[in-house]
Amino acid sequence: MGVRGVGRTREEAFAQAALALTAVVTDPARVRGVEPVAVTASAPDDELLLVDWLNALIYEMATRRLLFSRFEVRITDHRLEARAWGEPVVDERHRPAVEVKGATYTALRVAHEGGVWIAQCIVDV
Amino acid sequence: MDIALFNRRSEYEWEIRPHGNMRVPAVIYADEALIRDMDEKVYYQASNVATLPGIVKASYAMPDAHWGYGFPIGGVAAFDAEEGGVVSAGGVGYDISCGVRCLHTDLRTADVRAVQKELADVLHYKIPAGIGSTGAIRLSAAEMDRMLARGAQWAVEQGYGTEADLERIEERGAMRGARPDAVSEQAKKRQRDEMGTLGSGNHYLEVQRVTEIYDGTAAGAFGLSDDDVLISIHCGSRGLGHQIGTEFLRKMALAASSYGITLPDRELACAPIRSPVGEEYLGAMRAAINCALANRQILTHLVREAFAHVLPQAHLSLLYDVSHNTCKVEQHTVNGTRRTLYVHRKGATRAFGPGHPDVPEALRGVGQPVLIGGSMGTASYVLVGTPQAEERSFSSACHGAGRAMSRHQAYRTWKGRQVIDELAARGILVRSPSSRGVAEEAPGAYKDVAAVVNAADAAGLARKVARLEPLICVKG
Repeated sequence: MGVRGVGRTREEAFAQAALALTAVVTDPARVRGVEPVAVTASAPDDELLLVDWLNALIYEMATRRLLFSRFEVRITDHRLEARAWGEPVVDERHRPAVEVKGATYTALRVAHEGGVWIAQCIVDV
Repeated sequence: MDIALFNRRSEYEWEIRPHGNMRVPAVIYADEALIRDMDEKVYYQASNVATLPGIVKASYAMPDAHWGYGFPIGGVAAFDAEEGGVVSAGGVGYDISCGVRCLHTDLRTADVRAVQKELADVLHYKIPAGIGSTGAIRLSAAEMDRMLARGAQWAVEQGYGTEADLERIEERGAMRGARPDAVSEQAKKRQRDEMGTLGSGNHYLEVQRVTEIYDGTAAGAFGLSDDDVLISIHCGSRGLGHQIGTEFLRKMALAASSYGITLPDRELACAPIRSPVGEEYLGAMRAAINCALANRQILTHLVREAFAHVLPQAHLSLLYDVSHNTCKVEQHTVNGTRRTLYVHRKGATRAFGPGHPDVPEALRGVGQPVLIGGSMGTASYVLVGTPQAEERSFSSACHGAGRAMSRHQAYRTWKGRQVIDELAARGILVRSPSSRGVAEEAPGAYKDVAAVVNAADAAGLARKVARLEPLICVKG
């Protein structure tokens, strides 16, 4: 499935892409952002950084059984520091539909166009 | 796709002649209807694979081909290490050694119909499925490494199944050359709670009945008769495989230029087989194969327990276990010369023909079982490998129907409850923790598996043996 974040800044687009990642699994509105997790990533370019960012979240989702709904992202050059807030998966409330295996390099794009930043890729489910 | 793009070599062979940076042709096996229906990306992805160093003979795509990550799903490509050949994490995929295992039960349809609902409920209870589900097994670090080294053989030693099961698994249940030390701590951590789980998405466990026999001789060798009840389990290497795929795609993508490799698509990330990254990936990938084989072995044990509870007269024995997403070292004859090749199958099934030494002795006279899963609510098929498939596709066949529409589109078209009710009206019970997941897996979301299987048969890749239809479907 494709995930795309759009924002006024690169950070906002990355945060929105992360929200789209949650939407692959469940309705983000059902996820309470109560438990913070720190995430860092660095990569040679923005596009690899986006994939690294999403894969770091996928790893936390998989190993801690968490879903995230709120993100604070800071990017300096190609280094990302972020906090993601979420909560443990509750089947009855979240009704998770699929498990995300990983963020891929397919349809991968981070670009500034038309006055907005776009950050997108396909995630494998 | 526009068929004018191809040179039609025969009724079922569509060739893309080498152009641009292609080192070999690309060949797609399909009938005309399937080729017209395929998405155009298959053309470009099959062509891109043909540009990779050390590729031998051709880049192949099976009748169920559709776009994937770098390689098309249904893609097959073999590489010669002595000619600078590469191994590609993209050519194996994120669900390393995803595959299908098929079990006999010694039951008939009427036996299951009598307790169908109870059996469905017990299977749903016993088999951990769906996102967030965890298995009951927790491995220590040392035990995790033993499992990664020895796969289903390890599982049998732990009490999950019998030695007889191992005979019917590729590699006798243990992939040689696995390197647990090449698997990251993160990958192992991701697997920690997932041993013996089904996963989600298109993974499933089905109780099925044989509804048609096409090849009496092969069916006899496989122990299949009309109205037999079988069980199919479709899943892979779980979080460990996904993490290995993610990590090595990145390593290979970043290292490619240092090996003089220009990637037409970053997802085709690869490295020379004879390179530190290449060898590390092979070791980790083989460990992931063992993880998948161990996982399906544990699930088999759980299914046996479930059946013992509801149908104690059942005897569950393994017909065969095939894997779809692997890179294996095999001997193949190319232009009269026997060569050692690294064969990538991405959403494609190995299909050795009669007489191959790697086919279990009891089946060697007819060939390797090839298990093709259909969608929930349609049919699955058992086929057998052919002698011609080696020359045509390095002994490879399709693996399933392939999606006809995106998950998003399927979810907008169907409601999970509606799908479940319609299937129940047809005598098929579905158990799943996710209504949206069921909608995304609706039968209409997939291509016609019969058309795919018929094309594979007609193209000489594998021969039809039996058709199976579902009675119970447990989905993640």
